[in-house]
Amino acid sequence: MTAIDLDTTKHAADRLFQRKRLIGFAIPAVILLYLGYIFVAFDFAGLAQRASLENAVTLASDSWSHKVHVTRDNRSGEITYAVEGERKGRYPEGTRPDWVTGEEIITIDLGGEHIVRYLPENRTEIEIPGFQLIAVQAEGRSLTSNLPEDLPEWISASNRRIGITTPEGRITLTGARTEVFNYFPGWELFWFTLDSPYYDKSLTTILFGPRLDPERSNVAGALSDWWNNTMWRHGDVAWAIGETILMAFLGTMGAALVALPLAFLAAKRFSPLMLIRGTTRRFFDFLRGVDALIWTVVLARAFGPGPLTGTLAILVTDTGTFGKIFSEALENVDQKQIEGVASTGAKPLQRYRFGVIPQVVPVLLAQVLYFLESNTRSATIIGAITGGGIGLMLTQAIQTQKDWEEVAYYIVLIILMVMFMDWASGWLRGKLIGRKD
Amino acid sequence: MADITFGDAPDSVAGIQSRYMEQVQKRRLYGGLTLLIFVVLMVSGFNIADARNAGGFWEGLHQIGDYPADVLSEAWEKRADLPGLIAKYFPALIETINIAAVSTLIGVIGGLFLSMLGTRGLAKWPRMIPVFRRLSDVMRAVPEIVIALVLIFVLGGGPVPAMIAIAIHTAGALGKLFSEVAENADLKPLEGLESTGANWSQRMILGVLPQVAPNYISYALLRFEINIRASAILGFVGAGGLGYELRNAMAWGPGRFDEAAAIFILLFGTIVFFDQVSSRYRNRLTEGQTQ
Repeated sequence: MTAIDLDTTKHAADRLFQRKRLIGFAIPAVILLYLGYIFVAFDFAGLAQRASLENAVTLASDSWSHKVHVTRDNRSGEITYAVEGERKGRYPEGTRPDWVTGEEIITIDLGGEHIVRYLPENRTEIEIPGFQLIAVQAEGRSLTSNLPEDLPEWISASNRRIGITTPEGRITLTGARTEVFNYFPGWELFWFTLDSPYYDKSLTTILFGPRLDPERSNVAGALSDWWNNTMWRHGDVAWAIGETILMAFLGTMGAALVALPLAFLAAKRFSPLMLIRGTTRRFFDFLRGVDALIWTVVLARAFGPGPLTGTLAILVTDTGTFGKIFSEALENVDQKQIEGVASTGAKPLQRYRFGVIPQVVPVLLAQVLYFLESNTRSATIIGAITGGGIGLMLTQAIQTQKDWEEVAYYIVLIILMVMFMDWASGWLRGKLIGRKD
Repeated sequence: MADITFGDAPDSVAGIQSRYMEQVQKRRLYGGLTLLIFVVLMVSGFNIADARNAGGFWEGLHQIGDYPADVLSEAWEKRADLPGLIAKYFPALIETINIAAVSTLIGVIGGLFLSMLGTRGLAKWPRMIPVFRRLSDVMRAVPEIVIALVLIFVLGGGPVPAMIAIAIHTAGALGKLFSEVAENADLKPLEGLESTGANWSQRMILGVLPQVAPNYISYALLRFEINIRASAILGFVGAGGLGYELRNAMAWGPGRFDEAAAIFILLFGTIVFFDQVSSRYRNRLTEGQTQ
């Protein structure tokens, strides 16, 4: 190698380095620029105002705790005790939580020396440590209280409504009613509602103790009360999850069944006619391109809301995807095996059965099983749009904006469901085509 | 053991044949049973889905064409307005694409970290490998809609909740795919770099990334395709972009079908366009590797 050669090589290397260095800086710069554009385009600055910290706090605290409402109707003077303020969670007549005492004067002990007293004639007294005794009188639609002019931030007051938020609980007063919310950790009534004889009984009592309900055996009664729990609706939730899995299963398998024969038409090796091949391929592209969202919308018009619509939406979209994947797999089939089968005098159909199918089945099965898992997630989303399965229950629970513990429950179940399907499809793949790793 | 098999050898032809047939029959039986179970599952599943649906399958089947026909005929009547409507919804389309692009970008970065930290031989803290693997499993398992809906409640509607939701899922999904690729990476460049005193991030950037980049980019592009669809769907539940406009247009019903048609066309065109571009580019990447 001469000196000149060496020089040009060195030069070229230098230039390469320079270019690489430039790229090394340019890519992060472009990414940063793009993120900056997104920052403006998505209005991140305005997000701070739109974001509701209050919502975040309710969400975070409600998802793992529950509250018990003590409500006094100021017109009738009737006092009700209810978990989450729901009719279904109401304490039966004559019972009440043990932190409420008194007959004429109802004393509610929120804990931490926070005490609320419901006095006769719609008067209310609230004791909060480090603050004056608050006395409120409700008259018709207005309130009179002894609250001072400048209030701490945790009290909001007008002559129509007073709201007090303490770490121990919340109190709201209006002319029509006085409500106290006492917070407790945990998902209340998860097993049994208050009207069930098994409420607040230990597992051993239910399993081995005396019969609690003369009509039924303990285990059967407990199971049926749990399954039909009106607060948590375990039975409905199980059905919804079943529906979602059903949508994924039927959609995926149906798509595979429809796509397989069509894939032969789209594969060069099995379909010599250019016209048929092209048409089938464009058909697949069309099915995929329209996308599950539009299919869901269109199919929901024909079939109405429900799991069938979701199934068909998945089926149609995935027929396109599978068709493409399958036909690619079919094109990669090894000709030698087919020739070998043909040399034994096999007829065309037998050639397919013993020459082609064994080669492609593992590839196809792996794809189908992979899609089964991913479609479980799609089915959740499609269910939210078309109205079926756990996706619908989740959206409904979120839209009510108060049952956050139910939302948390559904989220946990959805994640478990997807992980289960992931595991199950992996297990099936191992069983059917053997493990690779 | 050996004696017995040798002892059986003389009458082998008939024996082998009968045993072979026995085996074949057993396999056929199992295959038939599997098929039977599958058929039963499919048929009963279909019946359940049909029964729990608002409208039945057979009644609905001949109505499939009605809605598209209505939309198409109305769009055709007002075809003069169509270019205007497409222009009107173009910003929404840009938003949908942006959601997909940003979430893919963030997801790729997240997936990179998850994969590097969760792969044996590459991890910075080998003891934490299971933690990062489980983390990416959980992130992958959460459907986008779950995070999106919760974030819409906290952050209000708009593109940001969708972006975060898709990014989280993408990070989890890519974390798994990336780490499968990274497991096969050659460790020798890493050792070489380590001998020069390179720290962890330098080893990853200079030693691993160049090896895996084609595969990673290919996966990221595939993910981008998927994310465009996801961002359109999430728009439908209130997260901005084209899906949101579609829901509004659908809510107006007949008389405004031309708007729905414009959105359908935009969405279809976008998906097909990015599918084609990304599959062409991915083919080039993978072909370049095999050569």
